[in-house]
Amino acid sequence: MAANPFEVNVQKLSDRVLMELRGEMNSFAEQALSAAYSEAEGFDLPIILLDFSRVTYINSTGIALIVGLMSRAQKAGRRLVVFGLSDHYQEIFQITRLADYLSIVPDQASAMAV
Amino acid sequence: MASYWQKYRDFLFRREVVEDEPAVSDRKRAEAGQTLELEIAPDDPLMAYLLKMPGIVDVDELQLDSPALLALKKAGVKISVPLVSQGELIGLLNLGARRSEQEYSLDDRRLLSSLAAQAAPVLRVAQLARQQQAEARKRERIEHELRVARVIQQTLLPKELPSLPGWEIKVHWQPAQAVSGDFYDFVKFSDGRLGILIGDVTDKGVPAALVMATTRSVLRSAAERQDSPGAVLQQANDLLCPDIPANMYVTCLYGILDPSTGRLVVANAGHNLPYRCTPRGLIELRATGVPLGLMSDVTYEEKETTLFPGESLVFYSDGLVEAHNPQGEMFGFPRLRSLLDASPAGVALVDFLVTELERFTGAEWEQEDDVTLMAISYNGTPFAQGGANTDQVLAEFELKSQPGNERLAMEQVAGAVRSLNLSPDRLERLKTAVAEGTMNAMEHGNRYREELPVTIRVSVTDNHLLVQITDYGGDQPIPDQPEPDLEAKLHGLQSPRGWGLFLIKNMVDELRIKTEEQRHTLELIFRLEGA
Repeated sequence: MAANPFEVNVQKLSDRVLMELRGEMNSFAEQALSAAYSEAEGFDLPIILLDFSRVTYINSTGIALIVGLMSRAQKAGRRLVVFGLSDHYQEIFQITRLADYLSIVPDQASAMAV
Repeated sequence: MASYWQKYRDFLFRREVVEDEPAVSDRKRAEAGQTLELEIAPDDPLMAYLLKMPGIVDVDELQLDSPALLALKKAGVKISVPLVSQGELIGLLNLGARRSEQEYSLDDRRLLSSLAAQAAPVLRVAQLARQQQAEARKRERIEHELRVARVIQQTLLPKELPSLPGWEIKVHWQPAQAVSGDFYDFVKFSDGRLGILIGDVTDKGVPAALVMATTRSVLRSAAERQDSPGAVLQQANDLLCPDIPANMYVTCLYGILDPSTGRLVVANAGHNLPYRCTPRGLIELRATGVPLGLMSDVTYEEKETTLFPGESLVFYSDGLVEAHNPQGEMFGFPRLRSLLDASPAGVALVDFLVTELERFTGAEWEQEDDVTLMAISYNGTPFAQGGANTDQVLAEFELKSQPGNERLAMEQVAGAVRSLNLSPDRLERLKTAVAEGTMNAMEHGNRYREELPVTIRVSVTDNHLLVQITDYGGDQPIPDQPEPDLEAKLHGLQSPRGWGLFLIKNMVDELRIKTEEQRHTLELIFRLEGA
């Protein structure tokens, strides 16, 4: 069931890398997300922005995938900045304490200013 | 070897059995032109002689220890001409003494031989025609008896369908032969509830019809004495087991419908699972139990569901799903399910399915098994909400255990609770909890085995919303997952996964986990605001 396939667009924006996430973050997203993150790492910049504004659904497996990215970022000393999360997913990031290890900002402009 | 009849003088031949006919008649009767009927026993030496020596027999000259020959002699027969058609001895042309009292001449004998040669085939044709007439009469008698049996059997079926305000019932009963092993029945209770029975005896035709008559009586009397469908089937089974013929059994569904609430409790003795047809799709009522008459001391599981306005319940027998088309393809369950999905609402689905069955099997179909189809639908107004402890079911559905199907669960539950006007954040919490609960059931309960469904039931009481998510994952309780430790996960000391139950607990007001027999049920409870 890949009615809403997960896609990531990776691009460099001045001194940081932007990952535009699109679709549903569940087990089907694993490969695309991991490959895109490797691509983002390839720029070798300290800040990676994760744009969730076009993500329609995140389930517990999606949370686990984000934890995986956080782990990779932590090891490499990178900072992950997240924006475009709905109120509900912001709440979930709080409950799961992901928010403690990520910078959550409202939009891309704020993310560029971090 | 068939019986053979001797005819006398007047060339009348008959081949019918005449009981208590004395083997020998007297000469006077013979001379008076009366017919003598004589049966030659197959082991009579005369029979062997006639078969061995075809040709005219001079009776007086023949010496055999034969009762038939003795009878011929006593009757005054002088010569006997065997009548043979296609190598088979079919009678004897017997003549007494000539009136002139002279011996039969050579010419006489030639004439008689020629006559016998021509008469034998004609006689054979006459015998066959009579035989066929007798068989036709016998067939007609059996057909008449079957017609009577069919009429009698029809008196065992309800003469008219129950009439309930807001409800419609339609039945199609189509025996493969004159009589059927399929049956259905309704039991009206004084409190307004309706018992609904549908059954199918193994085999078809007369043996099945006889067992059907007994089973129907046993079930009916059990239904009048017991209040729960499971107990009715259990009692009927215990009564049938000692008496039912070997290799026969009865599959049967019994449900009790409360027309005032739409609540249906059903128990199943090995019958095809009924479907609840809802605008959101089909729900199989998965109650199980062994067929009646197979083994005693068994219990029957009950399944409960609620029918809402615009929904129908469909019962059907094997004859439908096991019908074959001229290419040998079976009608099957997938076809039935997709037809039900596409069928018109209400009891019109019965005619729709019958038409589709006819289209599938073609005009030349020799019906293989009895076909019974029953639909019960509710077209009335929504049921009044009951008292404080009565729950109102908003939705009940099944999903296959396929990755990604939790999204369907979310959407269906969200649709079902629309009338509750939950705040957007509470609705999102509900959706996440339902999705995680469904994933948990599909993955850990059913291990993504497609044949095991996840059942989701959404109901409200006056102050709570309850979502029950059930899997068929075995009798082991769901282990309580350790609280996720994010630091440990980030350092690779704990799997990055394992957030499901944690998320659910944080989304709902209360989470209950139940394990009974083969099922786990997660109960997600949300307090309703302003209640």
